[in-house]
Amino acid sequence: MDNAICFLLNNRSVTLQADPLRSLLDTLREDFGLTGAKKGCGEGECGACAVLVDGRLVNSCITPVIAVEGKTVFTIEGLRETPRFQELSRCFAQAGAVQCGFCTPGMVMAAEALLMRNSFPTEQDIRTALSGNLCRCTGYSAIVAAIMTAAKEGEGLWPASFDPGI
Amino acid sequence: MLEMKSISVPAGRLDFSEKMTGAAKFCQDLRPHGMFYAKTLRSSKPRAKIRAVRLPLLPDNVVIVDWRDVRGKNIVPIVTDDQPFFARDQVNYIGEPILVATGPNPDELRKIIDSIQVDYEELPAVLTIEEALSRTSDIIYGDHPWFVSYEYLKGDPDTAIHEAAISVEDEFHTGYQEQAYLEPQSMLAEQKDGVMTVRGSMQCPFYVEEALMQALGWERTRVRVIQLPTGGGFGGKEDYPSIPAVHAALAAIKTGRPVMLVYDRGEDIMCTTKRHPSCIRVKSHLDANNHIIAREIEVLSDAGAYCGLSGVVLQRMIYSVPGVYQVQNLRVSGRACATNKVPSGAFRGFGGPQAFFAIEMHMEHVAREIGVDPLLFRKTHFLRQGDLTATGGRLRSPVELEAITDSVCTLSDYYEKRSTPKEPGGKLRGIGFSAFFHGCGFTGADERDIISARVRLCKGEDETVNLYVSSAELGQGAITTLSKIAAETLDIPLSQVLCGYPDTGVCPNSGPTVASRTILVVGRLVQEAALKMKEHWDEAFCETESHFRYPGGFSFDKKLHTGDAYLEYAWGANVVEVEVDPITYSCNILGAWAAFDIGTPIDTTIAAGQVHGGMTQGLGYGCMEVLDMKAGRPLQCSLTDYMIPTSLDVCKIDFRFVQSESVLGPYGARGMGELTLVGAAPALAAAVENAIGKPVTQLPVTSEYIMELSRHG
Repeated sequence: MDNAICFLLNNRSVTLQADPLRSLLDTLREDFGLTGAKKGCGEGECGACAVLVDGRLVNSCITPVIAVEGKTVFTIEGLRETPRFQELSRCFAQAGAVQCGFCTPGMVMAAEALLMRNSFPTEQDIRTALSGNLCRCTGYSAIVAAIMTAAKEGEGLWPASFDPGI
Repeated sequence: MLEMKSISVPAGRLDFSEKMTGAAKFCQDLRPHGMFYAKTLRSSKPRAKIRAVRLPLLPDNVVIVDWRDVRGKNIVPIVTDDQPFFARDQVNYIGEPILVATGPNPDELRKIIDSIQVDYEELPAVLTIEEALSRTSDIIYGDHPWFVSYEYLKGDPDTAIHEAAISVEDEFHTGYQEQAYLEPQSMLAEQKDGVMTVRGSMQCPFYVEEALMQALGWERTRVRVIQLPTGGGFGGKEDYPSIPAVHAALAAIKTGRPVMLVYDRGEDIMCTTKRHPSCIRVKSHLDANNHIIAREIEVLSDAGAYCGLSGVVLQRMIYSVPGVYQVQNLRVSGRACATNKVPSGAFRGFGGPQAFFAIEMHMEHVAREIGVDPLLFRKTHFLRQGDLTATGGRLRSPVELEAITDSVCTLSDYYEKRSTPKEPGGKLRGIGFSAFFHGCGFTGADERDIISARVRLCKGEDETVNLYVSSAELGQGAITTLSKIAAETLDIPLSQVLCGYPDTGVCPNSGPTVASRTILVVGRLVQEAALKMKEHWDEAFCETESHFRYPGGFSFDKKLHTGDAYLEYAWGANVVEVEVDPITYSCNILGAWAAFDIGTPIDTTIAAGQVHGGMTQGLGYGCMEVLDMKAGRPLQCSLTDYMIPTSLDVCKIDFRFVQSESVLGPYGARGMGELTLVGAAPALAAAVENAIGKPVTQLPVTSEYIMELSRHG
């Protein structure tokens, strides 16, 4: 039975009729044409499908769409319009943090989720924050370095905060 | 310190923005109007006759495609003609494709596939190398338990062995490694106006084109293959994509629809090619002065159910297994054994990682046996420029093994850490070293005899230059680095060079994107084509081509395995430091260091990306990536069970490039993609050995294995 499900998608209010157990990933990709989030495993292991739900990083492939009813969903398509993305992009480019690009949108969302709650992360904080996002190309070093630089040089873009909880 | 050449200065990836913003369209992101999906029915038996396939009642819009739909030849065109696109009356491994169901709804297709019944008559299966070699009847492939068997000699090993003062022998075992590219195998096939266009995730568009021509029985003019942004390959998208491409194309022909075939992760791990498991025996014979005078090496690889690339991988194993050492007398043999398991194939390093694990651990063991410092022992046997390799080829370019070794040892503080006595009761620290090479380009004269690469450059009126190559962009930076070579040679801004993803309808065949050949071979051709263009730069339109020419003085005898096994070599040394918990036997990587001679780096940032990524895969191979088979079925079929390194499993990697120029590569560049993976596992294994004081003889070095060694080894 389909339900009417409402949520805020990239700052825009949306409503759709859907099977409540349809995955958020399929919903984003097929119903809204937002293909930035990728399907790498379909079982919540690789993080290529990561998006933000109420500011928290979730694997959209194992999130039923009903779980985002009344919440805010933020994807790479929303983030890329922000000055925070511009800073992350500059730092990812400089560090060489993108290779095949398949994990990149999920990685960028993980970086955003981290910096929103901890704008002065240590290297270990960054490694912990990325540990649910697999990358087979880069060995992570360049991604970690890019986020470190973004935190340092993008001061003021993310709220000055430190929340050790995930 | 060398001044950085202008070609090495980081230029920024040309595909950066589309990937960073998520705008890049991978295969799974496409949805042409009226598209159907496809799901594959696979064998659940390692070896069986197919008696019957019983289909359920199918909805009108679901179509089944199987061997009967192959109008051309039902054989994957790759080296040996043995693997069918669809099994007909027999299956030879779990996961072998039997048929494809295609229709508009993927969930419905999955249910249909699950409800199809196959009546099998099971046959006795061969599941290990040992079983294969011990079997005297009911051989599963041809007349032998192996697909290929090679042997070569250097010098006169028998006489030398007779004169030896001491002999040391080892046996090593390595397991599977799964490429685990983040994007699963994906293909989209569409037939229009009598032309079949297949777009998807791949390393070698012309291999896929060849496969389509063979399966469909169509002329080249009716087949077109276009690479899409590809989420990693690492060898796993070298030959395998031919199978899903043909399946999707046959489904597209039968339904008249565009057909998307994307593998589930579990399916991808279960049925696509992986790194060969191996068993390698090495015996060194030394004279009274601790000098190795002869070596006997036997390599066995587990090829799986079809030969595929196993012969070529085995060649690289037997040419690499003598290591970076000068030994005058050698006997090296290798066999790729047939077993009823998923075919093994290409994975970054292509036989090198198994070979260098064996020889580097053996060098440690011999040094310990004779009581000599393992690095000093290696150094006295290092190959030098002008030396003859194991196959008798001349090392023409500089060989800077001493400088590479010194560089990585200084960087890692190797000697200090190695000589620090172990603290009793505390965690066990250890540090290990490895030295290695990677032969760049195809084996022997195959760049001439099999590939014969071409590239093309076209200059338009607006002075932009289009670069046409078939090298695939897999994340390694091919588009950027090849464009840089063109821009640098033409002395124009990089933004003036346009290079897209390869399209067999437009690009000349510059060969597959494999074998660390993209910069060395294709890059060299780009440079040559650009030099020709430079002479005609003032003309309004200008088109230049460049064809591969086998360099003068090189030769290789494939039967005898003598001569120049590779066009060029890249060299490296790694150091890894570990800490082993004496109670839980968990192993923590404390540091990893490297020095590589890749000649001139074509973009230091992109090259650094290859170092970090390759070494991380090598460290994963060394200690955590376990793929076991039980009764021919992989026990790890998800990224939960098959663990690749996360950001918390690896540490910072520090490295240096020791640059000596190649005589062949563009701007003095050698190859690098595979080299970076090859040495990490043996350095890690040597570190564990140093920590626990027991000889390590298998990969991966898991906590369970360390426990076994510590308690019983």
